[in-house]
Amino acid sequence: MLSIFTKLADWLAYSVMGFVPESRLGGSVHFFIEDTTKIFFLLVVMIYGIALIRASLNVERIRDFLAGKNRFFGYVMGSIFGAVTPFCSCSSIPVFLGFTSAGIPVGITMSFLLTSPLINEVAVLLLLSLVGWKISTIYVFIGMAVGIVGGIFLDLIRAERLLQPFALKAYQTAKVPDSDTKPNSSLSIAERHEFAKNELLEILERVWKWVFIGVALGAILHGFVPETWFAENLGSGRWWSVPLAVLAGIPLYSNATGVIPVMESLIVKGLPLGTTLAFCMSTVAASFPEFILLKQVMTWKLLAIIFVVLLTSFTIVGWLVNAVYVL
Amino acid sequence: MKEIKVLGSGCARCVKTAELIRMTADECGASVNITKETNPEVIMNYGVMSTPAVVVDDQLKHSGSIPDKKKIEEWLK
Repeated sequence: MLSIFTKLADWLAYSVMGFVPESRLGGSVHFFIEDTTKIFFLLVVMIYGIALIRASLNVERIRDFLAGKNRFFGYVMGSIFGAVTPFCSCSSIPVFLGFTSAGIPVGITMSFLLTSPLINEVAVLLLLSLVGWKISTIYVFIGMAVGIVGGIFLDLIRAERLLQPFALKAYQTAKVPDSDTKPNSSLSIAERHEFAKNELLEILERVWKWVFIGVALGAILHGFVPETWFAENLGSGRWWSVPLAVLAGIPLYSNATGVIPVMESLIVKGLPLGTTLAFCMSTVAASFPEFILLKQVMTWKLLAIIFVVLLTSFTIVGWLVNAVYVL
Repeated sequence: MKEIKVLGSGCARCVKTAELIRMTADECGASVNITKETNPEVIMNYGVMSTPAVVVDDQLKHSGSIPDKKKIEEWLK
């Protein structure tokens, strides 16, 4: 079904604009047209469709569900909820405090917050359509594993001691929220449509520029980096390429929607999968702007710990995947 | 005179919410005092997790989205 976008790009790039398919620029332009049209089509259809279903799931309900739950179950559920809830960095602070003041352990909250930017329905569906189900499965599995293990680790070191004093106090004096006061969630079709429409507009407004930037970078990689360059210079035999990829991802800031077209190009160009995943996840999750936001509720020490935990886990994951999965 | 607080961390939607309330109040001639509350501790104490949220005379009226105009008019009555 999606081959229609390849045909559209064939027609636009080669027939209308007159690029030669074998040329570098032609390849880049073709990639750009195909991916932007395909991604925007998928975004519109999928965000709307999924929002219709998800209309009744809000953070308040997730909090009530997670509060007072068994620990281990909590990390897994926190991570799953993180994956299915759309994420805007501007809501991370209220969500963090809302969870904390309901007595949910910091680790479980962080399982939620760490998984949230890495995995969301848009990212997964883009992955499925651009890089196939195998790599998508690996990506989702790793994203959740990082969230869960990171959360468990933070509770093991009793990270709540390193919260800002007011947040710690809220955690210690927490009571399980009273779910009876929450508004009922049976929504009419019209309300669901309204929710889905708003959701679609809001997410598009937030991600459209990342799609263009991501696809443009992907297109440049696709057209101008020689086929064997990555394999020869950053191939799997070179262990340092993984931590290097993670470090390179820190100053780069993008969300999952923007990084996936780049990922597609890197994989096609023969960069080992583990290195690619490490780079992309670091770009999405380890970004300074979002970390600085968390400073409002955490001390620098805790922020630094979380940052190091993330970088370490992306590196380890990259090595593991490179060792196990040879394309 | 109604005291209206828009809770939120300064994101684009919070700014829009405040503007919309200002506009609506001007249209129906309601006298209001609109302030923006960005302090996370205060937002937490209202029990708000999704912003922007709106507090009218210390009562939480709305959270999680830009409120629609009809709703705002009701608050201003």
